Amino acid sequence: MSEARAAAEGARAGTGTVLAPASGARQFWRRLRVQRAALVAAIVVALLVLLALTAPLLTAVEGQDPTTYHPELVDSARGGVPVGTFGGMSADHWLGVEPQTGRDLFARLVYGARVSLGVALAATVVEVAVGLVMGVAAGLGNRWVDQALSRFTDVVVALPLMVMSLALLAIVPSDFPRPVLVASVIGLIGWGSVAKIVRAQTLTLKQLDHVAAARLSGWGPWRIARRELLPALAAPVITYAALLFPVNISAEAALSFLGAGVKPPTPSWGQMLTSANVWYQAAPQYLLLPAGLLFVTVLALTVLGDGVRRALDPRAASRLSVGTGRRKETRA
Amino acid sequence: MSTAESLVQVTGLSVAFGPVRAVDALSFRLERGAALALVGESGSGKSTVASALLGLHRGTGAVVDGTVRVAGVDVGSASDAELRRLRGGTAAMVFQDPLSSLDPYYAVGDQIAEVYRVHHRASRRAARARAVQVLDRVGIPDAVRRSRSRPHEFSGGMRQRALIAMALACEPELLVADEPTTALDVTVQAQILDLLHTLRQETGMGLLLVTHDVGVAAGSVDDILVMRNGVEVEHGPVATVLGSPARTYTRRLLKSVPRVDVPRPAHPADAEHEPASAGVALEAVGLRRVFGRGARAFAAVDDVSLQVRRGEALGIVGESGSGKTTLGRMLVGLLAPSAGQVRREGVAVNGVRPDVQMVFQDPVSSLNPRRSVGESVADPLRARGERDPAVRTRVAELLERVGLEPAHHGRYPHEFSGGQRQRIGIARALAADPRVLVCDEPVSALDVTTQAQVVELLDELRRELGLALVFIAHDLAVVRRVSDRLAVMRRGRVVEYGQANEVYESPREAYTRHLLAAVPALDPDLAAVRRAERMEQRSLG
Amino acid sequence: MNALHGFAGFALRRTLGAVVTLLAISVIVYVVFYAAPGDVAQITCGPRCSPAQVHQVAEQLRLDDPLYVRYLHFLQGVVVGHDYSTGTSVEHCSAPCLGMSYQSDQQVTQLILAKLPVTGSLALGAMVLWLLFGVGTGVLAAWRRGRLDERILTGITLAGWATPVFVVGLLLMVVICGQLQLLPFPQYVPFTEDPEQWAWNLLLPWLSLALIEAAKYARLTRSAMLETLAEDHVRTFRAYGVGERAIVGRHALRGAVGPLIALNANDLGSLFGGAVLTESLFGLPGIGRELVHAVNVVDLPVVVGMVVLTGFFVVLANAVADVLYAVADRRTVLS
Repeated sequence: MSEARAAAEGARAGTGTVLAPASGARQFWRRLRVQRAALVAAIVVALLVLLALTAPLLTAVEGQDPTTYHPELVDSARGGVPVGTFGGMSADHWLGVEPQTGRDLFARLVYGARVSLGVALAATVVEVAVGLVMGVAAGLGNRWVDQALSRFTDVVVALPLMVMSLALLAIVPSDFPRPVLVASVIGLIGWGSVAKIVRAQTLTLKQLDHVAAARLSGWGPWRIARRELLPALAAPVITYAALLFPVNISAEAALSFLGAGVKPPTPSWGQMLTSANVWYQAAPQYLLLPAGLLFVTVLALTVLGDGVRRALDPRAASRLSVGTGRRKETRA
Repeated sequence: MSTAESLVQVTGLSVAFGPVRAVDALSFRLERGAALALVGESGSGKSTVASALLGLHRGTGAVVDGTVRVAGVDVGSASDAELRRLRGGTAAMVFQDPLSSLDPYYAVGDQIAEVYRVHHRASRRAARARAVQVLDRVGIPDAVRRSRSRPHEFSGGMRQRALIAMALACEPELLVADEPTTALDVTVQAQILDLLHTLRQETGMGLLLVTHDVGVAAGSVDDILVMRNGVEVEHGPVATVLGSPARTYTRRLLKSVPRVDVPRPAHPADAEHEPASAGVALEAVGLRRVFGRGARAFAAVDDVSLQVRRGEALGIVGESGSGKTTLGRMLVGLLAPSAGQVRREGVAVNGVRPDVQMVFQDPVSSLNPRRSVGESVADPLRARGERDPAVRTRVAELLERVGLEPAHHGRYPHEFSGGQRQRIGIARALAADPRVLVCDEPVSALDVTTQAQVVELLDELRRELGLALVFIAHDLAVVRRVSDRLAVMRRGRVVEYGQANEVYESPREAYTRHLLAAVPALDPDLAAVRRAERMEQRSLG
Repeated sequence: MNALHGFAGFALRRTLGAVVTLLAISVIVYVVFYAAPGDVAQITCGPRCSPAQVHQVAEQLRLDDPLYVRYLHFLQGVVVGHDYSTGTSVEHCSAPCLGMSYQSDQQVTQLILAKLPVTGSLALGAMVLWLLFGVGTGVLAAWRRGRLDERILTGITLAGWATPVFVVGLLLMVVICGQLQLLPFPQYVPFTEDPEQWAWNLLLPWLSLALIEAAKYARLTRSAMLETLAEDHVRTFRAYGVGERAIVGRHALRGAVGPLIALNANDLGSLFGGAVLTESLFGLPGIGRELVHAVNVVDLPVVVGMVVLTGFFVVLANAVADVLYAVADRRTVLS
């Protein structure tokens, strides 16, 4: 039914001159919009991004910054427990202060959002870029190129992300900008699965008759790759990137939690949790807020990624969502 | 229930999927032991009817109206348990694609035994024994051992036999066969149809055969019901409907069916043109192509030499695995030969050349779904550097020439039907101004009426443009309609090569004779004679 | 007869492939860590070494040799073993020798072996739980697809999938051990000493790990089963009166076995190389925590040895999975 309508819409639009490539983006939005969960997730993600982008503004409103120590706000006699109720919540410190140092918790959380989201985004970009290049090269190359690149990809996939990043982060000199380093390490270890998907997809696409037809038309390999392959690769790559993003958030948080990621004074949610379990009674928000933010962010991104997958590959999605969800999709 | 009741009684059956009415107010009966064929093109609703007989629409969201009674059971109001007893027990179904119709993970014998145990209280051992028995019955050699094999270890024909064995396991009164031979080669198709015929005679079960192929129906059933767009067009004894059709659509359908026994219609232009003396446009010399390496290496094409003269149509026929597609890809330069040469006008060439173009089999994958058809057709023009106003004019001309609306150049492939997409593919090939057009199964994915139109178009273009045409197909009848000369391929080699009419009328090779004998005949009487001949041959051999 | 030959050939090819992958991993790891900028001897020996000790390390690492010679030397140690002179005595490090920790004066292999029971206990116990929870939930989700309880279940697994393991672990620990005091804060007790205490103490780490992992398995099981349910052969069995229970339990689940084996192998392999987060969080003295320690004090031989070892476990697990997969689904061998 939606197919028929899409055809009808396309037909109406198609009576003009040669069209811009199919209203793929519009179709995508239409299919994403009807998934209520994905929509909510998208709003949550948008809010989080806004939070990260406006961090300086928000902290300026609060009148705090994420790095200034406030020794007067913690009780050094009791090991650094924040003074006052609810972990030192006050008009000055909206969410209280960090135990021991007295740094403003709200400021650290919103700046931490920048690090968490930024590092994960950069890592995802690296993974997609490297994976795309390697996958396409393996898919289009001759047997030897394919063999070599595929083997190499297998090796990279076998490298354990956590162990390898921990180890790598340990030997790099500490004056190297830490967030950049974390992003590139995660990215350079994690591209293997992208490359595998892209290679498989390229091999399938290469077999399609319209690619053979383009060869017969007299186009060179570069143009064929650009016109016939890359547009078709966009959907699976975007889908996979959307699912990788939350995984990278978790990875950064884990590395920072272990002390190998971003280092203080730079705030990151994972790193804030490093010693949170010690303080859960005196300052529960010190544990619950970063953990909660991590949870919400990763959940929202995963749900959104799922929605993106359904919107980009409606066939697979309708296969996977039998029942009420499906009916809703076809109605729209 | 009284035995006087028909085996199948369908009254006012309508099936709707959302707003789409797949079947509309259809009624028919099938008596015990009789055979009825539902014949129609794609979208005629024939398979939907078959599913309705077993109540397979229940729970899918399809809206079913009217009554369907099978062996006394009202399928619409039957309880789930009653329905399960009916399915497989009273009425069994055989599907089109025998590979995907069996679970790849379990042995064939176990799957048959599982079905048997659903309907009979039997021990595992007894059920297995029954499975072996029915496998043996459908002609699977060494059934005890083969029952332990999984589906992928069977050939296509063997799988279909296994599926028929599953149907037989519970001795059903009705066999519903949904396109049972469409995925099979013509010789295997004949074997399966003969098997169904024999089983029907022996067991006295009724047969409902769903097929798009009038020839398959002609030799297998007593009555025929022609469907179109979900409604009945014509219904009657097979000899009457095929011999003297009452409806225009039936006549058109029958006229479109390619005949292996009718030569290509003569055309005045062919008389002037003397292909035999024309120069050679494309030549294959000792072509060979090996896939795989080491112990797994096999030659898909093995030492093939042939010539295509200017303005002539060379047909290449062969069953699956004969190497015809590989040969076609080498002829256009998409695939490099392992040995031998492709010569253009006497000169050896490598790689693709604009003057040798191809029309592909699959109307879906042969056009880039993300580009407008105008852009696809314009590709060869732009590739050689032509610019916009000229390109647009030419694209419009080409679309018009292949019978499409030039104004539709901005539409996308999904807005066109299969036949229209094949026309677009032809327009794209023509844009390169080719001398040779290699068509790889260009009509095998199309309905028979569309098939006839596309074949007609190709034939016209050949004459009009003086194109050399290489027409590759598995369907001997379609090939006869276009070819001046014919090459028959088997296992990578050309086994017979000559003037088309001579090969069809008096084949020299046993294999060619075998192939021709397997082609279903449209005349029920002739079909019966052919069947008798085949049976005799088999019992001798 | 051919199938057996084909299978043996497949197993052989797969083993060779695993060895090649492993070699490649060791090369990459070795080069990355020992060709890194900085004074390798100083880094390797650790910050508290005297110049004399640094000199000795430099000699043992053969820093004057080209990198590939050093790598071959390392490889030789893995295959046949090494003798290390500690100044006064000679210590034999038998194959597979991954080098010496200059900071703890221990052989890396022994260091790892000593921690293996902890990590193994954690990984295997958690695996049992996550397979139970995960596959069970997945089957239930496929069986009840589209209904309210299935949607709630799927929502919960999504949440589990989303949460980093240490967040779950932290919360569990705080609530169960801290607030409710239902369980002790975990402390590793060897199985051989007291099986009951062993299980009791590992319960929380198992649960946290399993909760996270189960979500993955539930999703995989569900989607693989739904995919199978959409296939033609399921239609065949429906058309033959086979009940929904048998279709879901026998045919659909069978289709999920292959992907489940593959995922489980990969997870188990990387966990054996150190459940870094879980061990660190609960203070379990396993390989993962040893690695974190080695990283923090920059104990290079231990780091390199552990990364190679983890690679070994992953490659081994994947090879085993491939063979199991081939047994389960013989089509892969033939293709």
